[in-house]
Amino acid sequence: MHLTLEFGGGLELLCQSVKIHNVEVDSPAGDEKLTMKDLLSWVRSNLIKERPEMFMKGDSVRPGVLVLVNDCDWELSGQLDTTLEEKDVIVFISTLHGG
Amino acid sequence: MECNGGGGDPTQILQQIETLKAQKTEIENRISVLEAQLRQIPSKEEPSPSSPKIINGGDHGLSYDAIYRYSRQLLLPSFGVQAQSKLLKSKILVVGAGGLGSPALLYLAACGVGCLGIVDHDMVELNNMHRQIIHTEAYIGQPKVKSAAAACRAINSTIQVVEHEEALRASNALGIVSQYDIVVDATDNLPSRYMISDCCVVAGKPLVSGAALGLEGQLTVYNYNGGPCYRCLFPTPPPSDACQRCSDSGVLGIVPGVIGCLQALEAIKIASDVGEPLSARMLLFDALSARIRIVKIRGKSLQCESCGENAALPPELFQSFDYENFTQSSLSTAPLKLKLLPDSARISSREYKERVLNGEAHVLLDVRPLHHFKIVSLPGSLNIPLSTLDGKIPVISSALKEEEERKGPSSTASASLYVVCRRGNDSQRAVQHLHKMGFTSAKDIIGGLESWARDIDPKFPTY
Repeated sequence: MHLTLEFGGGLELLCQSVKIHNVEVDSPAGDEKLTMKDLLSWVRSNLIKERPEMFMKGDSVRPGVLVLVNDCDWELSGQLDTTLEEKDVIVFISTLHGG
Repeated sequence: MECNGGGGDPTQILQQIETLKAQKTEIENRISVLEAQLRQIPSKEEPSPSSPKIINGGDHGLSYDAIYRYSRQLLLPSFGVQAQSKLLKSKILVVGAGGLGSPALLYLAACGVGCLGIVDHDMVELNNMHRQIIHTEAYIGQPKVKSAAAACRAINSTIQVVEHEEALRASNALGIVSQYDIVVDATDNLPSRYMISDCCVVAGKPLVSGAALGLEGQLTVYNYNGGPCYRCLFPTPPPSDACQRCSDSGVLGIVPGVIGCLQALEAIKIASDVGEPLSARMLLFDALSARIRIVKIRGKSLQCESCGENAALPPELFQSFDYENFTQSSLSTAPLKLKLLPDSARISSREYKERVLNGEAHVLLDVRPLHHFKIVSLPGSLNIPLSTLDGKIPVISSALKEEEERKGPSSTASASLYVVCRRGNDSQRAVQHLHKMGFTSAKDIIGGLESWARDIDPKFPTY
């Protein structure tokens, strides 16, 4: 499945300062659909190059990270259970506090 | 006023400056007491800006001058005299007169907000000027609130500008916020963001929240018309390591400028009741790729500890809540001062200078990131950023060996290893690591390059 992943608000620093990643992710063996939970573990093992604790906590993202599936908060689509589809755009953004 | 005398003696001049400053503070205090007295007296002759004399018999209440001043806004069919009239009656509080607050305050003053409050406890510094465009060089060393208020009054003398020269804390926030209709969060730290959001929930005020760092900005409206609050979105604070500050990570001046302008716009929309405020949506701004994305975020959370169904945040609980402990980070922007090493593993910049003068064989390792090293560095220092230290151990070993050879066989002792960074925190982390890697005599220079600039070479640039 082709997906576009974007990292912002400083999270890109965890993946070699690259903000946009066009990736191919397959559903786990024996499963037809790909969920956000599957994607997070894929991202952790394939894209995060340092300090994984700055991206994840347990099997979800760490506090202070917003996840958007096609420009919509993942809270509105079922969080970890959100089912992904071909060409979805998933944004991971760390909240900023500076001013 | 007598201000000669003393000739060229700097001590006497400094004394005179101190005396004059004390007199000035005394006079300013007397003025503010009188101003406060004046505000208590109900005015008869002078109508307040929010209730100017009606000239034309219309019911909008705009004066002759106000109609001319705001004419270009009155000409807008979707804004018009009704919206302007509401704006003139509104009271908006801007928390923080920094990178976000500067443009926000300028536009809010210019557009005719009836009463504009400014909270800040900082002084204007030279390294603020590139982004905090409300301040001018003449105000360096003076309170930001005074500088910002003067700029607002210079643009629009017909509005009321209120100075709150203090830090906004849980203890005083409700008293200040309750005097206004709308709050603009233009602060620069995490505990303030939680505290201001909770305060707006308790006081029932909409909150226009903006943030900027590096080349990115974020904007949203909280606690508006049944929409979410900050805690609905972020019930748990992030780890303190994940909170970067402009003073550490940098910020391009115009980025908070863009977000601050948009904060003013959202505040104007709410105050004048036009358009659709950015509630339950968030604007994400990426300056480098010139992209603005507006995303849909969750609505009010029923489980929210601040504004949810079963939430009980009475004013007393809010006022005693420890936001610094909750977020594990500080309300002040003062940099962290770690002490990870025993005194035997540290030396002062003075001691280091003496050792250099004595010709001691040594290697000075600078563990700052490369882009910091490029700004300024000590002569002869070797740059290996802390994040890459692990892979560069052989480079350190060979630098030490080279130094020993350079000093020749006459020097019996092996070359020493000193570690420096900007402020003396990363250098301690590096020394801890080097000790584990076998460089047991490695020492950090206490206070980093900032202490070098302060104690040894005042001409050494700080940033």
